[in-house]
Amino acid sequence: MTDTESAASFAEPQLDSPLPVGSENEPVGAQPLGLWADTWRRLRRNKLALVGLGIITVFMAIGLLEIIAWVTGIHGGYLAPYNPDAVNYGIAKAPPSLSHWFGTDYIGRDVFSRTLVASRISLLVGVIAVSISLALGLALGPLSGYYGGAVDSVIMRVADVFFAFPYILFVLLLVVVLGPGFTNVFIAIGLLSWASYARIVRGTVLSVKTQEYIEAAKAAGASDLRIVFGHVLPNSMAPVYVSIAMGIGGAIVTEAALSFLGIGVQPPTASWGNMIADYLNYLQAGQWWMELFPCLALVITVFGFISFGNGLRDATDPKLKE
Amino acid sequence: MSILEVKDLKKHFPIKSGLLKRTTGWVYAVDGVSFSIDEGETLGLVGESGCGKSTSGRVLLRLLPATAGTVSFDGIDVMAASRTALQRLRRDMQIVFQDPYACLNPRRTVKNIIAEPLRIHDIGTEAERKRRVFELLETVGLTAEHAERYPHEFSGGQRQRIGVARALALNPRLIICDEPVSALDVSIQAQMINLLEDLQKELKLTYLFIAHDLSVVKHISTRVAVMYLGKVVEIADSSVLYIKPQHPYTEALLSAVPIPDPRTERERRRLILEGDVPSPANPPSGCVFHPRCPRMQPDPCTKAMPPLEVLDTAGGDHKVACYFPTRYDAQAPAGA
Amino acid sequence: MTERLLEVTDLSTHFFTHAGVVKAVNGVSFTLDRDETLGIVGESGSGKTVTAMSIMRLIPDPPGRIVGGGIMHKGRDLLAVSSEEMSDIRGNDIAMIFQDPMTSLNPVFKVGDQIAEVIRRHQGKSKRESWKMAVELLATVGIPDPDQRVDQYPFEFSGGMRQRAMIAMAISCNPDILIADEPTTALDVTIQAQIMDVIRDMQRRYHSGVIMITHDLGVVAQMADKVMVMYGGRTLEFGPVDDVYYNPHQPYTWGLLGSLPRLDETEKQRLTPIEGQPPNLLLLPAGCPFSGRCPYELPVCAGEFPTLEMVGGGHGVYCWIPIGEREKIRAGLPRFRHEAAS
Repeated sequence: MTDTESAASFAEPQLDSPLPVGSENEPVGAQPLGLWADTWRRLRRNKLALVGLGIITVFMAIGLLEIIAWVTGIHGGYLAPYNPDAVNYGIAKAPPSLSHWFGTDYIGRDVFSRTLVASRISLLVGVIAVSISLALGLALGPLSGYYGGAVDSVIMRVADVFFAFPYILFVLLLVVVLGPGFTNVFIAIGLLSWASYARIVRGTVLSVKTQEYIEAAKAAGASDLRIVFGHVLPNSMAPVYVSIAMGIGGAIVTEAALSFLGIGVQPPTASWGNMIADYLNYLQAGQWWMELFPCLALVITVFGFISFGNGLRDATDPKLKE
Repeated sequence: MSILEVKDLKKHFPIKSGLLKRTTGWVYAVDGVSFSIDEGETLGLVGESGCGKSTSGRVLLRLLPATAGTVSFDGIDVMAASRTALQRLRRDMQIVFQDPYACLNPRRTVKNIIAEPLRIHDIGTEAERKRRVFELLETVGLTAEHAERYPHEFSGGQRQRIGVARALALNPRLIICDEPVSALDVSIQAQMINLLEDLQKELKLTYLFIAHDLSVVKHISTRVAVMYLGKVVEIADSSVLYIKPQHPYTEALLSAVPIPDPRTERERRRLILEGDVPSPANPPSGCVFHPRCPRMQPDPCTKAMPPLEVLDTAGGDHKVACYFPTRYDAQAPAGA
Repeated sequence: MTERLLEVTDLSTHFFTHAGVVKAVNGVSFTLDRDETLGIVGESGSGKTVTAMSIMRLIPDPPGRIVGGGIMHKGRDLLAVSSEEMSDIRGNDIAMIFQDPMTSLNPVFKVGDQIAEVIRRHQGKSKRESWKMAVELLATVGIPDPDQRVDQYPFEFSGGMRQRAMIAMAISCNPDILIADEPTTALDVTIQAQIMDVIRDMQRRYHSGVIMITHDLGVVAQMADKVMVMYGGRTLEFGPVDDVYYNPHQPYTWGLLGSLPRLDETEKQRLTPIEGQPPNLLLLPAGCPFSGRCPYELPVCAGEFPTLEMVGGGHGVYCWIPIGEREKIRAGLPRFRHEAAS
């Protein structure tokens, strides 16, 4: 800790007003419901958030299965009724029917199977990109908040740079530099989104670091690193979870955008983004089903994450009246 | 046998303002504090808000860096100690905090919290640490089955006990108690005070007991130091201070404390101080107490802070920082 | 003949939370006369603040609700009047001073404005008149340079000054009753002494009745004529202050008085704390809330709340232990052994 503690943070601790004894309206000694049980109870009342949670669950289940299938070499995964890459000119451009729920595309591939399989890309980008952002953000944010001073200034100014640049352009640039392909997309998105996690966690860190249990750890001889990552960070995570939910939604959209522009996932690997780009021309010819379903899949999935994220934020806001 | 010696300790916080965050002033939180504590005794550090007592406690432990002054524990210079030396010192000097709702990490189990100092200093195996935790829980009046629970499952008094158990984990010799009972209910305060006294006897501890509640401080301390605006204005044996206070601030402080005895309250002579406690960012010139002092004389009181020294030889090691302290005859102590 | 200002009968206020029903106040009764100071003393969870808020009808609903009892003030039951009428009474007939001076004044309005607003609301005076009165009130409560201070914002006041300003606001309409909820807990002890003086002064000047809510038995000894000891939502003992302090009849009161370190103790005595934990308001016993912690508990105590027993001159106690037994036990306690001797 630097010597230049400003007077604003100088704590003649709590003694300008000695703590009131007990707190009258709190049932003293009662078992509070626990941090998560209370959040869940509030969340349950938010229908939209529950719908979001449902969507997320479905999405993750499908995506996970598809990823496992991909890794183990099963082409269409466990769920797709048809091989998503199987070309069949005979049934091309067929509208939705009982045998092909979402119809077929311009070379006869089953749109339903493709849509399903593309979910793995979205899930992967969500998880990998956000993980990269978290790794960076949850390392720099707490350090910035805890040390303050020069460290804080430097890190936050760097974060400001990342905030200032138009996000999509930045990602575009990075992907162009790295080359197309989905892993680069994931990395690019992850590298460029860390700043918001850092800032959000830093906010909570600023108040957590003044808590007495942090001083206790110091008094016991804990190293700064131990304090920051063992004590401060775990107690600063509450708003981060909301960001994660939103962040996954955002990453999915960004990947879709990149793939739509042609610099993300390359065909024939199916991604909702490149499907949307691919099938756009066929709208005019009246073959709406090819375009519609990937769009719907994208919108519904992202909506799920966003509304769950919103619900989570409301549920964890202590000031929000129930 | 003096275990802690504090000489002329100072802690000034810079006040930063403006776009460039330039230092426009200073908060003189602790401004030349000196005292010593003998092994096994309890020194009470008492005063109102802004007097610097809590800051002193933290600076002593190097939880905050000092601006000036020396602190020596058992002869070792705490301020100048190297990282390794400081780690060793941490095992000897511990602290118990005020707020039972903020002094424990809410995400850790009680066992984890109490064992952490042991883990930090790499003491014992996992099994030995577990045993020590149970031992400590018992020492503070809790049971082993409390070890796997979380702080929010306990009441304020119990949490405070857990804090004490944690402070004892490293077998310290000196414990700084920073308002350990202020946030507790009256009936629980008494439990905690008794616990601290018992522990002191059992484990031969030395306490620096920081509090604003004079009744509690008098009860538990061997000697008491009264602080005002960053300085010690009087220091004496506990019993002597309350019967023969010499400094006008001490007198006013004692007179202001309500006593739970209606008859006594009705018959008391009360000295009500005028005005507010000035801010440590803007201390008065000369004697820091002079604006509120009933005995103030422009010369010397506005010119220089009186030194803390023994003026009344009848009171033993009774030091006071005043130009016009109350004198007591050896035969007739003044009434309160 | 002193006028009866307040008569609370069997007041009960419960909070209906998803964790269960919190019986914060459970059948509390007391009276307050003009020029009288009643001290309501208790620890956390005792229900003392909720009692005050119930009288002012400031209980948040949901989750709280006054579920029973009556509060008679000047012939009206405050629980039966409309909320407009109550809003007229608040600030005008019954005023309240809160605990934390830092947060009980609105930081974005000048202090003078806040006081003047109360005066305008209840007395219909003009802006200029009420402003003038605000300045006078600040002087009355001992704030130096009131004509400058009245123009300042709360952040420019110290804690003690803010509390004085709060008192000024409270007495601005010459209320019959002044309720002070832990008015000095957040203040330094020398400032506390000043504020206590101000409250006493104001009472003498306006002949109000004062309800002083606190956990500090010293403050009660200093200020109160009569005292009511609360625990777990119930009154356990009440009476003239001397009677309750020197002749207490409830084991909880013994425990409280015995667990206090005293400034004037001549030889150090080990404190005799009350063992156990404060009550869990969600799981209160049907009988005496102190059961489970009372060292002299009888089997009947947990199941049935004691009936009122008057032990002389306005001094009442709720306890199943027969009076003879009680006196014997008390004579054996260290604190009262000393008293019995004097």
